[in-house]
Amino acid sequence: MTDSDAIRRSTERKVPSLSELFLGFLTVAMSGFGGVLPWARHVFVERRGWLDEREFAEALSLCQFLPGPNIVNMGVIIGSRFHGAAGAISAVAGLVGAPLLIFMACGALYGRYGDLALLRGALAGLAAGAAGLLVAMAIKMSLPVIRERNLAPLVFAFAGFVAVGLLRLPLYWVVLVLAPLSIGWAWWRFK
Amino acid sequence: MNDNGAIWSFTLHLALLSLVAVGGVNTIVPELHRQVVEVRGALTDQQFADLFAIGQAAPGPNVLFVTLIGWQLAGFTGALLTAAALCVPTCTITFFVTRVWDRFKDAPWRRATEAGVIPVTIGFVAASAFLIARAADQNIAAFAVTGATAAIALWGRINPLWGLGGAAVLGVAGLV
Repeated sequence: MTDSDAIRRSTERKVPSLSELFLGFLTVAMSGFGGVLPWARHVFVERRGWLDEREFAEALSLCQFLPGPNIVNMGVIIGSRFHGAAGAISAVAGLVGAPLLIFMACGALYGRYGDLALLRGALAGLAAGAAGLLVAMAIKMSLPVIRERNLAPLVFAFAGFVAVGLLRLPLYWVVLVLAPLSIGWAWWRFK
Repeated sequence: MNDNGAIWSFTLHLALLSLVAVGGVNTIVPELHRQVVEVRGALTDQQFADLFAIGQAAPGPNVLFVTLIGWQLAGFTGALLTAAALCVPTCTITFFVTRVWDRFKDAPWRRATEAGVIPVTIGFVAASAFLIARAADQNIAAFAVTGATAAIALWGRINPLWGLGGAAVLGVAGLV
């Protein structure tokens, strides 16, 4: 980054306070029914101007690369960029705190009324729908790989599906075997 | 069931698992299912699918559905412990990695790692889809709902949550 870049960015970018971080991530968490990341972009890039498009894309690729929930990692990256550890904690608290209370309420309701016919019906429908969302997600992720017309990534994906979905092997072992193979293959191909 | 023992071992397991959840938490759904339903027998197949579905429908990050499992195992404490197990280890790693990451922006190992992780992730997400569908789709109608929701999410111009809402309505009407 050149000096003029740095100056331009520091004047354009608004620096949120700790409470703004908390509220910003709370807003994203509460409006993101069924997936939070698209909302994160909308709120942080378009509405609040904390990051530009490129910074958001970079943060996102880092989140997806690191283990753990993507959006929580996003909170740590954005929060710590502005205010170090305190910023990261504020952002994650906003993201997880209030929804956690709602989830607990849902858990309690499910424990008490989960057997009611009405709720059973709704849950049967929801679960079938949720399965559909996962199917769509798997297909969406596969398409770019299929378009590359390389067999190897598809073999790795299929092996992962069979090992974890059908054979029900422990995930750790599958990751320990498949990830190095797949990464090694990508390394060899990019070389 | 010994609640204390169950929740602590589940918490520990989840903390470790969150560290291999590269590419999002949907990748660890099969392992959670294996642990909670098959190994421990703490939940039935259907309960697991129910909780996953609630997690998709409730406001907030979907990953918090694991706190619903925690709640089923040990109530309030269980939900708090699972939330902590999910967030604390990975947040710590992210906090330190984000400081040095830019340095490796063009490193070949970084590109290879990013590209290599994707196929494995796809396989795991597909396994999650298979397991939740297997638990949820007990009849033709439910199977059709899964297909329709997937189609809306793939090709529809509306928020896929409408598909989820429609599925819930059909369920209440007793059609699924």
